Amino acid sequence: MTLDPNVPEGPLHEKWDRRKENYSLVAPNNKPNKDVIVVGTGLAGASSAASLGEMGYNVKTFCISDSPRRAHSIAAQGGINATKNYPNDGDSIWRLFYDTIKGGDYRSRESNTYRLAQNSSNIIDQAVAQGVPFAREYGGELANRSFGGAQVSRTFYARGQTGQQLLLGAYGSMMRQVDAGTVSMFPHREMLDLVVKDGRARGIITRNLYNGEVERHTADAVVLCTGGYGRIYYLSTNAFNSNGTAAWRCHKRGAFMANPCYVQIHPTCIPQSGEYQSKLTLMSESLRNDGRVWVPDDKDDCDKPPSQIPESDRDYYLERKYPAFGNLVPRDVASRNAKLMVDEGYGVGPNQNAVYLDFQTAIEQKGRDYIEDKYGNLFEMYEKITGEDPYEVPMRIFPAVHYVMGGLWVDYDLMSNVPGLFVAGEANFSDHGANRLGASALMQGLSDGYFIIPHSLSNYLAENRHDLDDISGDESAFDEAEDEVRTNIQKLVDASDRNREKPSDQQSTVMDIYKRLGRLTWDNVGIEREEESLRSAVDQMRELRHEFWNSVVLPTDTDKFNKNLEVAGRVADFLELGELMAKDALHRDESAGCHFRVEHQTDEGEALRNDEDYSYVAAWEYQDDGDGQPEGWNLHQEDLEFEFVELKTRSYK
Amino acid sequence: MASDSMDFHLKVWRQDDRESDGELVDYPNVAHDISPHLSFLEMLDLVNERLIERGDRPIAFDSDCREGICGTCGIVVNGQPHGPKRKTAACQLHMRAFDDGDTIYLEPWRADAFPVVRDLVVDRSSFDEIMQAGGYVSVQTGPKPDGNSIKIGKDVSDQAFDSATCIGCGACVAACPNASASLFTGAKVSQYAVLPQGQPERERRVLRMVHEMEDQGFGNCSNIGECQAACPKDIDLDNIARMRREYVRAAAKKGSPNPDEAEV
Ligand SMILES: Cc1cc2nc3c(=O)[nH]c(=O)nc-3n(C[C@H](O)[C@H](O)[C@H](O)COP(=O)(O)OP(=O)(O)OC[C@H]3O[C@@H](n4cnc5c(N)ncnc54)[C@H](O)[C@@H]3O)c2cc1C
Repeated sequence: MTLDPNVPEGPLHEKWDRRKENYSLVAPNNKPNKDVIVVGTGLAGASSAASLGEMGYNVKTFCISDSPRRAHSIAAQGGINATKNYPNDGDSIWRLFYDTIKGGDYRSRESNTYRLAQNSSNIIDQAVAQGVPFAREYGGELANRSFGGAQVSRTFYARGQTGQQLLLGAYGSMMRQVDAGTVSMFPHREMLDLVVKDGRARGIITRNLYNGEVERHTADAVVLCTGGYGRIYYLSTNAFNSNGTAAWRCHKRGAFMANPCYVQIHPTCIPQSGEYQSKLTLMSESLRNDGRVWVPDDKDDCDKPPSQIPESDRDYYLERKYPAFGNLVPRDVASRNAKLMVDEGYGVGPNQNAVYLDFQTAIEQKGRDYIEDKYGNLFEMYEKITGEDPYEVPMRIFPAVHYVMGGLWVDYDLMSNVPGLFVAGEANFSDHGANRLGASALMQGLSDGYFIIPHSLSNYLAENRHDLDDISGDESAFDEAEDEVRTNIQKLVDASDRNREKPSDQQSTVMDIYKRLGRLTWDNVGIEREEESLRSAVDQMRELRHEFWNSVVLPTDTDKFNKNLEVAGRVADFLELGELMAKDALHRDESAGCHFRVEHQTDEGEALRNDEDYSYVAAWEYQDDGDGQPEGWNLHQEDLEFEFVELKTRSYK
Repeated sequence: MASDSMDFHLKVWRQDDRESDGELVDYPNVAHDISPHLSFLEMLDLVNERLIERGDRPIAFDSDCREGICGTCGIVVNGQPHGPKRKTAACQLHMRAFDDGDTIYLEPWRADAFPVVRDLVVDRSSFDEIMQAGGYVSVQTGPKPDGNSIKIGKDVSDQAFDSATCIGCGACVAACPNASASLFTGAKVSQYAVLPQGQPERERRVLRMVHEMEDQGFGNCSNIGECQAACPKDIDLDNIARMRREYVRAAAKKGSPNPDEAEV
C-alpha cells in the first residue's frame, strides 16, 4: 500500500498557511466538552497540553516521572535552532530547511521540514515571553552559537541547560492551565495500551507506578509525546526511564512504525569506562565550536599523555578531511570518523576507545573565562564523571546512541494512520530524515506542540464530531485493552515464578537480558550495518526474546513501586522492536545518513544513497502471531517527492 | 586514589509503602567488590541485582537522567542529602568519594510534605502545587513580539539563570531542620522578579507561592543555610532573602499578604 501524507497543494512556503486556513474550528463553548489525552510531558507534551488547555479543551496529561518537569527533555544541553538571522550571517527559512533536508540525507518529507523552519522563530519569541533565560550579549540581545551541519550561527542556548530552561517554560505554561482547571495531571503513570474503538483512538490504559492500579482514561483524541526508543541499546545518552513502550503498544494496535532503523549516534560522549556502566553522558555538540578533534599521527603515541604529543604529531582528522566544515561536520560523519580512527588503532585513553576533543587553542585565543562562561557546566560534568580537568587535559570522547529519527508514522497533520492518534516530538518520524542536525529536536518538539497539534487536532475534532460519540470507559474496547494489560503483567509474574524453580545458572535478571539486548543492537544495528550480521540479528533477537521469557526472574509485587517490573515490560517490548529495527535496516539496501550499510559507500567512505529504489519512508504494519507476539510486518511505502530541492550527494568538504 | 575494589557496609531505610513503618536494615556484605569508578546509583544497581538473584526485594530508589539535571534521584547519604560531595546530585557521586570498608547510611528525604512511597522514593507532588500557584509567566501560545524586542542585560539574564537552574530535587527541604521549601520557592520567585517578563504578576506570584508553600506543610525558614550547602546546583541563599523582600513589598503594595484578600 502507498501511504498518503496528506500534504497541502501549493508552493512550499504557502502550504502551512493554506492548510490552517482550511482547518475547521471547534466553537469556544464546545471545547470544554472535548477530552484530549496528552501522554508525555517533555517539550512536545508539555507544550501541546498547555496550548490545548489554553484553547479551552479538557486535557489530561500523563508521565512516568513523579513530576512532569522531569521529562527527558530536561537533559538537552546545547541549544535550539531558529532562523532569526540575528548575527546577519545570511540565515533564512529556506537555508534552515535546506540544511535540515540535506543533513537528513534527503530522506525526510519536504513539506514538514519546511514548516519546521517556518515555525522556528516563533518558538524563540514564545520562550522569551515566558521568561526563559537565554544567553544574552552585553548589549542585551540574544546570543547565538553554531552547531554541526550549518555554516551560520543560529543556535540559541541557555548555558549548557537549554532543554531544562525550555522545558520549565513549557511546564510552567502547563501548570498555569492546571491552576486554571483545564489540564489535569497524572504523574507516575505508565501508558500500557491504546484503546481503539470503531477504528478511532478513544483512550488509554495506564498503570499507577506507586500502587500498581490499572486505570482507564477516555478521550476524543490522544496525543502521544513519549519520546524516543534509544534506550533499546541499553547504553545511550537517554534517561534511564526513556522507553519505546507507549509507541510500541500503539504499533500493536495498528499504528505504523516508520524508519525504525534510523538511529543517531552522537559523536561527542564520554566513553564507556567499564561493564557496570548504566548510561553514557553526552558532551554537547556545541563544544565543537571551540574544541578540536584529534588523534595521534603515530599509533605508538596513543599511550602517551596528550601534553607530550607535539602539535606536529597530531592528526586533526576532521579539519584535514572536511576543510569546509571542519570540526562542525554533521553528527553521522563525525561519529563514523571517530569509530574509524579507533578501529584503525588510533584510540586514546585507558581503554583505547576514544578520540580527543581539545580546547587548548580556544583557551589560548579567547581566554579561560570565555570558555567557562560558555561551557562551564559541561566541563564540570566531565570532571565529575572522569576525574579529569578538561581545562588542563583534552576531553576523551566517543560516539553513543543519542536520538531516534524513526518513530510512529504521521501525516502532515501529525496524525498517525489510526484516526485520532496524534504523535509529536521524538516519538514521531517526521522531520529529520536519516539524520538529525543538532539543536533541531527541541525545535521540532516545540513546533509540534505549540504550533501544529493545537490546530490539526482541533480540525480533527471538528470534522469528526458526529463520529465521536460519548463514551464512559465501560465499552468492550476498554475491557479488552485493560484485560490485555493485566495479562501482560501477569505473564511476567508467572514467568518469574516458573523460572525461580530452575537452577540459578538458567535464571537471568531483567538487567542481564537488557544489557545483552543493548550489545546485540549496538553490534548489528549501530554505526555500521551489513547484510549478514543484520540477518543474524533478526534471529538472535527472537532467540533472546525466548530466553527472556524462559529465564527472567524479578520481584513480583504488582501493587507497589517496583522498578524491575516496569523495566521488564519495557524490555519485553524492546525485544520485539529490535527485530523490526534489524529487519528495516536489512530491507534498506542503501546507505543514508545514519544508516550506513558497509556495502554501499563511495570510494571516500561516505554514505551512498540509492534514490532510484529507496527514496521512500518505510512504514511497517504489525502482524500478530495470535499469541501477542509479532509474526511479521507488512511494508507500506510513502514515496518522498522532492519538488523543491534537488537531490545531491552530501558533501561537507 | 582508592583501591580497585572496595567493600561497604550498607544500612538502608526499608519501608514497604506510605502506610507501613520503616526501619534501617543492615546489609553488611552485599556491597562488596565495588569499583571506585561506579557511580553511587550504579553501586545500588549492582546491590539490587545481587538481592534479586538471591530472591530478596531490591532497594527501591528512583533516578532518570543520571547526569544531575532531572532532579529525580535523591537519597540522604550518611545524613547528607545527595551525599558528601558539594554541588553534586546523588547520581553524579562516585564511589571514589568513599573509603574502603566505610559504613554508608541510606535514607529517603524526610519531610511531612514528601511522604515516602517506598524505601528511598518519596512523593514530591507538593512542589508541583507550589509551581502551579505561580511558577510561570502567564502568556498564551501564539504570536509574540520579536525575541530581541525585550533587551535584557547579560548580568540580569545571568542572575535569572542562576535562580532558574534549580532542578526541583528537594534536597533543600531534606537538609532543612524545619523542612522548609524556601530555597526552592525563592529561586522561582527570584527568577521572575529580576526579569522584565515577570513584572506584571510580580506581587500576585510571590503571595500565592508563599501561601501554597505553607499550605503544603513545609516549615518556616530560620536562616540556617543547610539548604544551599545541600543544593546540587548551589542555589544561593540570596534567593530566600529576595523572596522575603518581594513578599513584604507585595503585601504592602496590595494591602494584604493573603492572596485572597490582596488586590492582585
Ligand atoms: C543528553 C541529551 C542532550 C540533548 N541535547 C539536545 C540539544 O541540545 N538540542 C536539541 O535540539 N535536542 C537535544 N536532544 C534531543 C532532545 O532532547 C529530545 O529529542 C527531545 O527533548 C524529546 O522531547 P519529547 O518531548 O519528544 O520527549 P521526552 O522529553 O523524552 O519526553 C517523553 C515523555 O513521555 C513520558 N513517557 C514515556 N513513556 C511513557 C508511557 N509509557 N506512559 C506515560 N508517559 C510516558 C515521559 O515520562 C516523558 O514525560 C538531547 C538529547 C539528549 C539525550
